[in-house]
Amino acid sequence: MKLEFDIASGDFSKAGRASSRIKKMLKQLQVDPKVIKRIVVAIYEAEVNVVAHSVGGKMLAEIDGTGITVIVQDNGPGIEDIEKAMQEGYSTASKAVRNMGFGAGMGLPNINRNTDEFTIESELGVGTVLTFRNNF
Amino acid sequence: MKLSEIIDLTNAKVVAGDAEKDRELLRAFSSDLMSDVLTLDTEHILLITGLTNLQIVRTAEMADIEVVLLARNKTATPEMIELANETGLVLLETPFSIYRASGLLFQNGLDPVY
Repeated sequence: MKLEFDIASGDFSKAGRASSRIKKMLKQLQVDPKVIKRIVVAIYEAEVNVVAHSVGGKMLAEIDGTGITVIVQDNGPGIEDIEKAMQEGYSTASKAVRNMGFGAGMGLPNINRNTDEFTIESELGVGTVLTFRNNF
Repeated sequence: MKLSEIIDLTNAKVVAGDAEKDRELLRAFSSDLMSDVLTLDTEHILLITGLTNLQIVRTAEMADIEVVLLARNKTATPEMIELANETGLVLLETPFSIYRASGLLFQNGLDPVY
């Protein structure tokens, strides 16, 4: 089962739509609630990241018999220092994003913590791709 | 602690969701930082916050939080109420500060997450 979502830059009112849809779907498939929580928190964090930091992007989710794989791809600007971005507390978020209750430098570390497999690739001027998977 | 007791202690008003009075909440967490809320492993908690935006409702949905208490006399936006009713979140409003609401609930036996 494949799902695809566009994620617009700066549109916080829609951030969470993809995670919400995926959560409903996993519930219908009667996946363990603990597993659902970990993956939807990761997806939500990734969605908020695209809204807050990028010029926009998309999310692809594929559910198979044994788990769910998610690819989140944005169209830039790319992350300058991935190692720093992966540190808890490091953030380049704007004041507006912080006022929403985000931008504390917890997003990427939290995605890593909540997933079984996680990779991040980024190129300045091109964009960032996150790939993560959780097994049921 | 029963939801009805939380509502009484904090002088709260129910603005969204089904505030089934016998619902039992075991722990609470106070934060204006949704990034921190999303790192919690504990489910079925009460979240006390002074932030009022749609992302509070979304964060609660993803983190399996069933009840959110908006402190400092903040009011939920119509969009928040609509989404809360859709996701089944109980939204409460209290005139008390986060400190006062948290203190009262703690004193009366509602445990912290940590």
